[in-house]
Amino acid sequence: MKKAFIILLLVVVGWVLADTFSQITFGESRLGDVKQPETVGAYYLNNTVEKLSVANVITAIVVNYRGFDTLGEVTVLFLAASGLASILYRRKEKGEHDVMILKNSSQLLQTGAKLIFPAILVLGAYVFIHGHLTPGGGFQGGAIIASGFLLMFMAYKDYHVSHNVLTWVESVAGIVFVSVGIWGLISGATFLENVLGTGTLNDLISGGVIPLIYIAVGFKVAAELTGVLETLLNFKTEK
Amino acid sequence: MVFNVIFFSLLAIIILAAAIYAVVQKDLLYAVIATGVISLVLSIYFFIMQAPDVALTEAAIGIALTTIIFVITIRNTSRREDEIPVDKEPDRGDEK
Repeated sequence: MKKAFIILLLVVVGWVLADTFSQITFGESRLGDVKQPETVGAYYLNNTVEKLSVANVITAIVVNYRGFDTLGEVTVLFLAASGLASILYRRKEKGEHDVMILKNSSQLLQTGAKLIFPAILVLGAYVFIHGHLTPGGGFQGGAIIASGFLLMFMAYKDYHVSHNVLTWVESVAGIVFVSVGIWGLISGATFLENVLGTGTLNDLISGGVIPLIYIAVGFKVAAELTGVLETLLNFKTEK
Repeated sequence: MVFNVIFFSLLAIIILAAAIYAVVQKDLLYAVIATGVISLVLSIYFFIMQAPDVALTEAAIGIALTTIIFVITIRNTSRREDEIPVDKEPDRGDEK
């Protein structure tokens, strides 16, 4: 009876969703009429490429038009990571190793992790350095790098990343972000104003301060997420 | 068009089945894996809907990091939903 009810529910909800999705026309612009210049979406789409020389409009919106929101997001992530660390972090006694992973992982996982770890780091760095040209950006690249460190944590039971290094990277990246914002204030414009020259479209160094900010965000997110994993993995419940 | 309908309803049914399984299942490890499956299918959805940025985020955070953080938490607490481990029972005024 219960199973029949669940199957009935699945069928009904799936049918409704399929009906909804079948009415969406794929491949057409759904941001409203781009020819009407008064909508915000149309403004972004029409002006970003010419004014900022940024191929990825989403990056321009996230970092340039809504840069203050991104600063807030980074702050929220920082607060979450440091709150977790302040609850769980415990200074180790001398010679104490309280690693949660007790068994060695298999030879296959260890060799594969050692082989693929630099490639993951390079992919993450590529994603956030090319944030203004290709899909992706600071958050995505940082998360990819953190998942690479996660692979190493799982493969090697005594693999450690120093908390001091993570804290330094995180702090310097945050300071870079805020100082780019204040640079805009100093040069007479608003906070996080794009003060540098925008260069030519599709160049690596283009888009003004957007690559600078996204590289800082990438380092910051990677350090924070790696710190969260390190803190959680080294936490041992009191027996 | 017919292919679209079949493909999307298949993905939707996978998401729904995984979500219901995650709620019903008492073994929390299986429930966490089911939420990882939800994130996987969601990132496919985002990619097809022409949002590769969101798909990247969902793939990296939803599939890898969140799942592993939940797995670590399960290691530190209890694996089954109804189980209260004896050595981790909260103290109720023994040391007053």
